Amino acid sequence: MSEAITPELALVNEISQFLFREARLQDTHEYDAWEALWTSDGVYWVPANGDDIDPETQMSIIYDNRSRISLRIKQFHTGKRHTQEPRSRLGRVLSNVEIIETSGDEIRVAANAMVFESNLRAETVWCTRNEYLLRREAVGLRMARKKVLLVNNDKALYTLSFLI
Amino acid sequence: MTTAISSHDWSNLIQTDRVHGSLYTDEQVFQQELEKIWYRTWVYVGHVSEVPNANDFVLKSIGPQSVIMTRDRDGQINLLLNRCPHRGNQVCLEHRGNRGSFTCPYHGWTFANNGSLRGFPFAAGYEGADRSQLGMSKVARVGIYQGFVFGSMAEEGSSLEEHLGAARAALDALVMTSPEGEVEITAGFLQHKAKSNWKFLVENETDGYHPQFVHASIFDVASSGIGDLYSADSTAVARDMGDGHTEIDLRPEFRRIGKPMGWFGTTEERVPEYVAKMRAAYGEEKANQIMIDGTPHIMIFPNLFIAEIQIFVIQAVAVDETVQHVTALQFKGAPDLNRRLRQQTMGSVGPAGFLLADDSEMYERTQRGVNTRSPEWNYLGRGLARERRDADGFLIGDATDEVTTRGIWAHYRSLMEAQ
Repeated sequence: MSEAITPELALVNEISQFLFREARLQDTHEYDAWEALWTSDGVYWVPANGDDIDPETQMSIIYDNRSRISLRIKQFHTGKRHTQEPRSRLGRVLSNVEIIETSGDEIRVAANAMVFESNLRAETVWCTRNEYLLRREAVGLRMARKKVLLVNNDKALYTLSFLI
Repeated sequence: MTTAISSHDWSNLIQTDRVHGSLYTDEQVFQQELEKIWYRTWVYVGHVSEVPNANDFVLKSIGPQSVIMTRDRDGQINLLLNRCPHRGNQVCLEHRGNRGSFTCPYHGWTFANNGSLRGFPFAAGYEGADRSQLGMSKVARVGIYQGFVFGSMAEEGSSLEEHLGAARAALDALVMTSPEGEVEITAGFLQHKAKSNWKFLVENETDGYHPQFVHASIFDVASSGIGDLYSADSTAVARDMGDGHTEIDLRPEFRRIGKPMGWFGTTEERVPEYVAKMRAAYGEEKANQIMIDGTPHIMIFPNLFIAEIQIFVIQAVAVDETVQHVTALQFKGAPDLNRRLRQQTMGSVGPAGFLLADDSEMYERTQRGVNTRSPEWNYLGRGLARERRDADGFLIGDATDEVTTRGIWAHYRSLMEAQ
């Protein structure tokens, strides 16, 4: 059997497991474990008003460098981040995992996610197309970049204060 | 709300130190607000820098109404209601662009970007029709102050300058934060929805009492001086500027600290290019004063909130739904400052913002809260006993006092009582 597992298949499996783990840590609000998935130069980006805006000149919903990712996590830990007290109940399905390009230590990956959120306001469905830049480090795969394309990012959105 | 008040008795619903909860939840109140406030008074629509060139347009709103802001070939700003005068179809579906005319997709009627009818297909079928009566509707009056474009759907009424009143000085001060004396709105808007009545947002913008509590989480973890500005010891002042406009005047605190760029949480050494340009433009003394005083924190009734580094445009959509359109202020000729303004704005506002996600949480909880039967009223008495008049005759209070909220409601009542 082991001969049937090609290197390509092994890579798909490794990446899928990594992304599923990220999804679970987000769903269960395991903030520190999620933060540990980032490289030291990680960028977490959720554009607004389209998918290909220039985040250096146009407003994004989230455009966090590594230190701002850390600040976001610290804010959750205060216990006073009202919009997440109580925490949103979350369940997401991640699918369509596709390796776009492999280059040295870096792998570009695409995946889709459907996220169901239940909070004090209501139940909300969020749909996203995600683009990841993963990097192989000594400790394993890490996220150097995660771009989350909300399907409805050109419209007015309710508060999105959990980790998308 | 169960209290039956058939013909709204505004003087009962709105009292000096309390307002009735139904004002936030009653669909009939909302419909009357549309007619008496949103479709009558001056409402902020957009900024001239959003349509810099001839034939530029951008889709905007006045309350639930879709409005196209255009700059026509003569350079004039027009506000067109987005409805075809033929059979009511939406004429413009693009968020922004550049075009000299709009063609309705339904039957091909074409309008110039000043709204006038240019033509219709198979014109023989319209023999005898008066084309001059078949243009797109326009917002009756358009007023521009320091580049900020306002519209009033009432043919007659006070001028924009009269409406702005004391708020004009704040806009005058704001543009002088640019070495070229101009604000630009060029970074695109975040659109953040809240399941809440629009007045909860307006009240909150100059409520200096909430930051210490609602924003405690970010004050705890980020090195920000904002929290101190709203402490009990703050020398900042809450002001009712009249005409529904209110502000938290932070200048006393910034002057006490006396450091250029302190208002922006930075120092002059960090933005040397900007500081040099400001001193060259205004002279050392005036530039230093501008850079110490900082930008205003003012709520221009009913829908433009200038929050030091960004603007919010409040759009009432339904009695329990409001959209906040928010973007970074950009100052012409200040690229190094503008980059920081965008970065700070993105962090703090919008659906995932460190500040606004928590404000919006409160808007929604309060909306649900006022549906609870008792005590029926929201109490607005904070600082009533220590209200005082400033040198200009405006009512002021300590930074955390509700003098601002009371001012908003007094003006609201006058608008709702008007025939």
